[in-house]
Amino acid sequence: MNINLTLFGQMAAFVCFVLFCMKYVWPPILAAMQERTEKIADGLAAADRANHDLELAQEKAVERLKEAKTEASGIVDAANKRASQIVDEAKEAAVVEGDRVKASAQSDIDQEINRAREQLRGQVATLALAGAEKVLGAAIDREAHADLVDKLASEL
Amino acid sequence: MAGENPTISEYIIHHLTNLTYGKLPGGFEREDGSIIADGGAWVMAHGGAESSAMGFNAIHVDSMAWSIGLGLIFCWLFRSVAKKAETGVPSGFLNLVEMVVEFVDSTVRDTFHGNNKLIAPLALTVFVWVFLMNLMDLIPVDLIPTLLGFAGVHFQKIVPSTDPNITLGMAVGVFILMLYYSIKVKGFGFVKELTMNPFNHWMFIPVNLFMEVVGLLAKPFSLGLRLFGNLYAGEMIFILIAALFSAGWIWLIPAGLLQLGWSIFHILVIVLQAFIFMVLTIVYLSMAHEDH
Repeated sequence: MNINLTLFGQMAAFVCFVLFCMKYVWPPILAAMQERTEKIADGLAAADRANHDLELAQEKAVERLKEAKTEASGIVDAANKRASQIVDEAKEAAVVEGDRVKASAQSDIDQEINRAREQLRGQVATLALAGAEKVLGAAIDREAHADLVDKLASEL
Repeated sequence: MAGENPTISEYIIHHLTNLTYGKLPGGFEREDGSIIADGGAWVMAHGGAESSAMGFNAIHVDSMAWSIGLGLIFCWLFRSVAKKAETGVPSGFLNLVEMVVEFVDSTVRDTFHGNNKLIAPLALTVFVWVFLMNLMDLIPVDLIPTLLGFAGVHFQKIVPSTDPNITLGMAVGVFILMLYYSIKVKGFGFVKELTMNPFNHWMFIPVNLFMEVVGLLAKPFSLGLRLFGNLYAGEMIFILIAALFSAGWIWLIPAGLLQLGWSIFHILVIVLQAFIFMVLTIVYLSMAHEDH
């Protein structure tokens, strides 16, 4: 319990340890801790930002979905319209075609009729001559009565 | 132990005697009967009478060795952590050290408002070092002295903070820092603080000076003696409990319970005293920095 040189020994040791701690212990530990604090703060901020971004993205996705839906229904409508239009056009075209076919058939029929009529006309002249010959009992000069016969045939 | 069958008081005194190396004065008769030659001689003391005869020219080898050894353990532990300190996820011992550092840092921040790079490492050193020195108190009082007794070392106090030289040595170190910063920060204001407080009149300068100097000197003494007193008393109780074990088999269980109870209570005391020493160091240095 005597006060002696130990006092100064302890003081010297105290100074040495404090200096060591100040130089080699405190700064690196504190620097590492501060750096970690910053890192954690950054991480938390990044997480917040990511959350926010996610929310925004979700909102955007919903919006896009809505847009897509309206667009799709628009396309469907247009397609329906176009389909009915096509059907109408097809109908019209069919009618026109039908008319055309009918008309050409009619003209064919008319032609046939005319040809048959011409034939008949030719034959009528011969028949008439033959009938007249029979009636008159003599041959009729065809040349001489050509006008008469033609007139008759054209009346047919 | 010193004798074959020591009495209780011999036992206690033996436990409270430091291993001392010092200079015995010429003509001193040692315990073994030999007489020191004229001019004195540096020897290991055999017993309390010799170490007190050495006066100031002596050194407590055990206190110094344990205190420096514990200081080196502190440096080594914290340096190894400082080397490993990374920004990644800390684990195990790293966490403990960082917890202590964080705790000291926040205490310093709360108490010390100046800008001084010395205060925080100083506080950390004080806290951990004093804690480690106090921690020696929890080692059974007879264990290490007995083991060293087999090796031929007959005195050993393993708790450095029960040696007033150790606690006052640190307190005086803090005191010198206080004076240094007072003069550095306040300059002439420090003189004014000593002479013009609390009575602001030139007539009262001697009274003021006396009161302020007493107050100033009381700081390191109270700082050192508080730690010494607490740990000395704690060590004393451990020694008394240890002495109780030798009082007969009927005392075994009560002594064991006392030992356990006091040890558990002492865990609180050793941390608290380390903390108080650290906080007062910070407070005193903070006062040295503050200009009134």
